[in-house]
Amino acid sequence: MNQPTQARIFTLKIDGVDVAAREHETILELAQENNIFIPTLCHLEGLTEFGGCRLCVVEVQGSNRLFPACMTTVTEGMEVTTDSERLRVYRYMILGMLFSERNHVCSVCVSNGHCDLQFLAAKLGMTRVEMPYLHPSMVVDASHQHFIMDHNRCILCQRCVRVCGEIEGAFTKGVMGRGASSRIIHDLNGAWGDSKTCTSCGKCVNVCPTGALAEKGKSAGEMVKRRDWLPYLRSMQED
Amino acid sequence: MGSTIMIDPVTRIEGHSKITIQLDDAGRVVDARFHVTQFRGFEKMTEGRPFHEMPSITARICGICPVSHLIASAKACDALLAVTVPQTARNLRRIMNMAQITQSHALSFFYLSSPDLVLGMDSDPAKRHLFGVAQNAPQLAQDGIALRKFGQQIIELLGGKRIHPSWIVPGGVSHPLSREDRDTILAMIPEALLRAQRTIAWYKTTFGQFTEEISAFANFPTLFMGMVNPEGNLSMYAGRIRIVNAEGEIVADQLEPATYQQWLAEAVEPDSYLKSPYYQPLGYPEGIFRVGPLARMNIIDRCGTEIADQEWSEFRALQRGAVSSSFHYHYARLIEIIYCIERIRNLLNNPEILNDHVRSFAEPNAFEGVGMSEAPRGTLMHHYKIDKNGRIIWANMIIATGNNNLAMNKGVCQVAKQFVRGEKIEEGMLNRVEAVIRTFDPCLSCSTHAIGQMPLQVQLLAPDGTVLDEKFQA
Repeated sequence: MNQPTQARIFTLKIDGVDVAAREHETILELAQENNIFIPTLCHLEGLTEFGGCRLCVVEVQGSNRLFPACMTTVTEGMEVTTDSERLRVYRYMILGMLFSERNHVCSVCVSNGHCDLQFLAAKLGMTRVEMPYLHPSMVVDASHQHFIMDHNRCILCQRCVRVCGEIEGAFTKGVMGRGASSRIIHDLNGAWGDSKTCTSCGKCVNVCPTGALAEKGKSAGEMVKRRDWLPYLRSMQED
Repeated sequence: MGSTIMIDPVTRIEGHSKITIQLDDAGRVVDARFHVTQFRGFEKMTEGRPFHEMPSITARICGICPVSHLIASAKACDALLAVTVPQTARNLRRIMNMAQITQSHALSFFYLSSPDLVLGMDSDPAKRHLFGVAQNAPQLAQDGIALRKFGQQIIELLGGKRIHPSWIVPGGVSHPLSREDRDTILAMIPEALLRAQRTIAWYKTTFGQFTEEISAFANFPTLFMGMVNPEGNLSMYAGRIRIVNAEGEIVADQLEPATYQQWLAEAVEPDSYLKSPYYQPLGYPEGIFRVGPLARMNIIDRCGTEIADQEWSEFRALQRGAVSSSFHYHYARLIEIIYCIERIRNLLNNPEILNDHVRSFAEPNAFEGVGMSEAPRGTLMHHYKIDKNGRIIWANMIIATGNNNLAMNKGVCQVAKQFVRGEKIEEGMLNRVEAVIRTFDPCLSCSTHAIGQMPLQVQLLAPDGTVLDEKFQA
């Protein structure tokens, strides 16, 4: 978006439909403009793309590999498929791995009914998790006065890390470790409540797609998050 | 060596259990035990969770009485917040609790126990179920289904869903009652009351046929425990504990729930996941007590509503002192259904029930909290300790059913000795052993949360039922 007006216009096909796109636009942006649904979790309008969750993979004719729609820019004559049996299998598998990796218990979660992960599982027809659960033992960080970080519900989408650095400029949040043992940390892996850099702005809580970040004192299903402010903050920064 | 009869699983109860009956060489019952064979472990599982989640987590202990756990848990959390819950919220919680008790009692009486009462203890087990009742006494079956629906609908109208509503929260309830919903509930009251009265009238003409069962169904002197309000009336939501003895004399009164550890202790038996609470001053097992509808009817000075009080007077005339046969749990349950319906009506008729101030907010102000309320099956206790950040570091739950464990065991033994004869075992005899358990309406899936103390028992039985070998694994 926000490209100079002299940007070139490409024509391409998404799911067999002819569409026009601006140069540098991503497949995901183009699909959303045309009301074509592509599932995403780590993407959030107003934050830089990260390409971490891989749920937005699409097929592009002429290539056997899958492309993340959020990171792939359009080209002239491209033919994109956003929904196929192959894509459904992969997306289902990714969701299954997210659920099995930590302890997601929707029924008692503060974000029950307002959760991106839960919404996608329902949308993609997930009825069971076929992989064995890892059931890791994870400690809840409740040291902050207003907020709670529950690693059991974290999917490592890093929206919190990006909003903290890119929008708030605090750089409190980061990631430590590799693979399944990765964790969101505060500063140099201290307790959140002890952080000297955290401004307690609450942006991380509101961009978090699940109940991993929540306000203290919320009961099951009570954590409703607001994200409408994010694109405005980003455009004000750019202006 | 004699033989062992196993009833596994015990049917028409909530949860999983078995009963073993030990016979001597002459085929006489030597002993009988009631084993709860499932383990849940919520006390351990909740460690580390933010305490605000406790009501919704512990509600998952049970799908039949989630509301009871919501209430006891929310009250424990209220104590952690150290706030005054708004009066309207307290009354709304009361209404939901009584809707819960109505539907659960209806489930116990009509669905689980009425087949024995209508069709007879010795009737064909293939037909001894609710559908059999529906064929033989259609009005009774309809009343049962309608009363259960009545309770469930109120829960749904208040909390948004019938099972596991997340409406009861620390500090109050999440949203107020609307005028339309109040009117809907009030409109359902007369019919529910009529059905409950019709059932109790029928029951009073029927239970006379069961004199032998009444005399042997856990009919022995015990203490009785339950909550009363400051006037000594029936109280399902708030109040203090009263304990009466078999003579009906008050042993202890107005005990503060938060001090329960000073007068209540829990024993662990090697052959059951269910702990056995007892009244501490009398020791174990002399401190055996019963809770639930029978106990509540025995401890109170009166119910506090018009029709229920009339029925209660008749009930108390059954026996001098406390009514001691657990068979009369059924009777007490029906009186409580009437009480709950009347009480819901009275609470709804107060215009303050529509007040929209229904929640108090605070950060945790105490590190330890106890919540106690009356569940359908008796007194329920949740006790939490939290760290300075509000995470649970320790939880203890004394579930209503557990409070009756000693009495259920003793009752099983009494019934087995009375009805089971070794020469020829008949199904009806064993059904009576199960039926005594049913009078307590135990919810076993609710009640087993201790960890690390239960040894595994393996019995090796010969084809004729003789125990050849037995191993205990600690």
